[in-house]
Amino acid sequence: MTAILTRIQRAQRGYPGTGDPAECGTSVDHLAALESEAVHIIREAVAEFDRPVLLFSGGKDSAVLLHLALRALQPAPLPFPLLHVDTGHNFPEVIAFRDRLVADLGLRLHVAAVQDWIDDGRLTERPDGTRNPLQTVPLLDTINEHRFDAVFGGARRDEDRARAKERIVSLRDAFGGWDPRRQRPELWSLYNGRHTAGEHVRVFPLSNWTELDIWHYIARRDVPVPDIYYAHQREVFARDGMWLTAGEWGGPRNGERIVTKSVRYRTVGDASCTGAVESTAVTIDEVLTEVATSRITERGATRADDRLSEAAMEDRKRDGYF
Amino acid sequence: MAPPMSLLRLTTAGSVDDGKSTLVGRLLQDTQSILVDQLAAVDRATRARGGVQLDLALLTDGLRAEREQGITIDVAYRYFATPTRKFVLADCPGHVQYTRNTVTGASTAELAVVLVDARNGLVEQTRRHLAVMAFLRVPHVMLAVNKMDLVDFDEPTFRGIESEFAAVAGSLGVPDVVTVPVSALHGDNIATRSARTPWYRGPTLLEHLEAVPAGREAVAEPMRFPVQLVLRPRTTEHPDYRGLAGQIASGVLAVGDDVIALPSGGSSTVTGIDTPDGPVLRATAGQSVTVLLTDEIDVGRGEVLARLEQQPRVVTELAADLCWLADRPLRPGARVLIKHGTRTVRAIVTALTGRLDLHTLHHTEPPASLELNEIGGALIRLAEPLAVDSYATDRHTGGFLVIDIADGNTLAAGLVGSRDAE
Repeated sequence: MTAILTRIQRAQRGYPGTGDPAECGTSVDHLAALESEAVHIIREAVAEFDRPVLLFSGGKDSAVLLHLALRALQPAPLPFPLLHVDTGHNFPEVIAFRDRLVADLGLRLHVAAVQDWIDDGRLTERPDGTRNPLQTVPLLDTINEHRFDAVFGGARRDEDRARAKERIVSLRDAFGGWDPRRQRPELWSLYNGRHTAGEHVRVFPLSNWTELDIWHYIARRDVPVPDIYYAHQREVFARDGMWLTAGEWGGPRNGERIVTKSVRYRTVGDASCTGAVESTAVTIDEVLTEVATSRITERGATRADDRLSEAAMEDRKRDGYF
Repeated sequence: MAPPMSLLRLTTAGSVDDGKSTLVGRLLQDTQSILVDQLAAVDRATRARGGVQLDLALLTDGLRAEREQGITIDVAYRYFATPTRKFVLADCPGHVQYTRNTVTGASTAELAVVLVDARNGLVEQTRRHLAVMAFLRVPHVMLAVNKMDLVDFDEPTFRGIESEFAAVAGSLGVPDVVTVPVSALHGDNIATRSARTPWYRGPTLLEHLEAVPAGREAVAEPMRFPVQLVLRPRTTEHPDYRGLAGQIASGVLAVGDDVIALPSGGSSTVTGIDTPDGPVLRATAGQSVTVLLTDEIDVGRGEVLARLEQQPRVVTELAADLCWLADRPLRPGARVLIKHGTRTVRAIVTALTGRLDLHTLHHTEPPASLELNEIGGALIRLAEPLAVDSYATDRHTGGFLVIDIADGNTLAAGLVGSRDAE
């Protein structure tokens, strides 16, 4: 990964390039079109809002989002901080990736740790031990505390039915809530982010990207992502049809047996409810082939919390979730 | 593995019961875009509602209220791909808030699929759909004559609808109309050619979606570059760098071009075009780039760069068509904000000049007000000048938003009129 980071840094330092100009910019294929759209959205938000922040979990979508933000604004440095809402149920590889990236690129990072909210009584641990839904309160508290007015997120519309209906620039009320019936129509590429004091907007530059687009982009631009997105040997146990990592968060329990498997992660979330998929894909090309031929969606394959109900995501979003 | 080659944005329009959800479901299914867990979820939801046949509408109707009421409320975006093209589909509901949603979907669409039931042919709604697509200048329109299985794949029925549609489209000024006989339910002429329409020689629906020119049609148009922000790193490595960041709205920008910044009026020459992958000599519509100029002219967000010989109009009064999207009606004298490109200005709607008849695309006499989902002409006085093109010549620099000063909500989609109208 260090080599990849060096490439990014070199690109930033050397920018604008020193060689002869290319005849024309990147050929306008679908990835270039998606990239230009995302860059336009990021620049709009930076221009129109006073205090943006970028949600950064260390997952592949936020890694691509950060990469796009750096590209959108270079050679200027990133003018806003990152925010990680930390469930405490982490994959160590992801936290290490996050910290290396932040240090190497000289970025500012806020961490809102769910554990702190539990410790001082503002949140209570759920009976099932899952902390994904608990992220909402630390997220909203941190947005209020820092008066962030534009919150970049890496959510994609292909992930979920509720997200398929959300605007690229999405207004949140003073309680952080999303009201799907009061969304502003979003016309042409004109984004209306006007809001009153206390309200903020969520900005989703990757709205029109699919999981496969993300991986094609990672391949094209050498975007660094945590190693656990590639196949590796891991001690796991089966629960609800998923392979969960053995760890201090409730697993394995009675009767669940630990086995060692070759797996990789398609998504990275709360480790207690994010499953791995069996895989032998160790290179980017192998991951691309696997994603292109998969017959199950990434959230269906790997997220226990989205199986709770048909509208699990919508309900969380109404409360202020990502 | 090479990614798909191009990106096409499309929208769908159909009346209730024309089978639009089935068509969208079929397109997704036949391009292997519905995965087994999604299909299983739709199956569970269908059965939970007492249904028997898989209800593909449940695939797109994602909101709780939509599922509970069995209606589609909002535009849903769906994604599918073939080996040569990725599609972004804005799936618009046919009934509730019809115009608001269709205008939203059509504003970014390069192609619209209009759906009719072969048993009914063109109905009132079809004409409205087509008129909205014509109004928003969607470059390509195709008609899918659905449920052909219910008319025994009868050629004369299809030909009758085809010629009637062509006539209506012609009267609305819609070029490039393709009509396809399909059965979305059974898949005839969607992704695979139907053996039951041997008399049909045209493309399947998907073949046409793959063949239509994609990307901004704007390459041939005058160059427009709305400045989003000025990049001034002021770092030790780039102490004097001053780049204008933006996305080329239309046309082609090249190093050496003599440009003018409007509305301020300063002129300069392009010395460089930067991308994150290094400098380029020219860039085209749709590309996000950073422009370097020779002179330190005062250019910031809200300015539009244009070639000296192809300038937009700088106006303080606009004649425009408004598609009114708010519950509260518009009356003359309303104070609003206009968001055009990267500039937002205060404005007063001084007069309503007519209501658009969607049958004819002609304006009626001046109305007292403009109601939700109505389209009408208006005169708008601006507090500060805007550099505009008429929507008819440039979709990307001729559209604007009308915004509520008080609560910030989007009130209308605005289309700049042609010079003749002023």
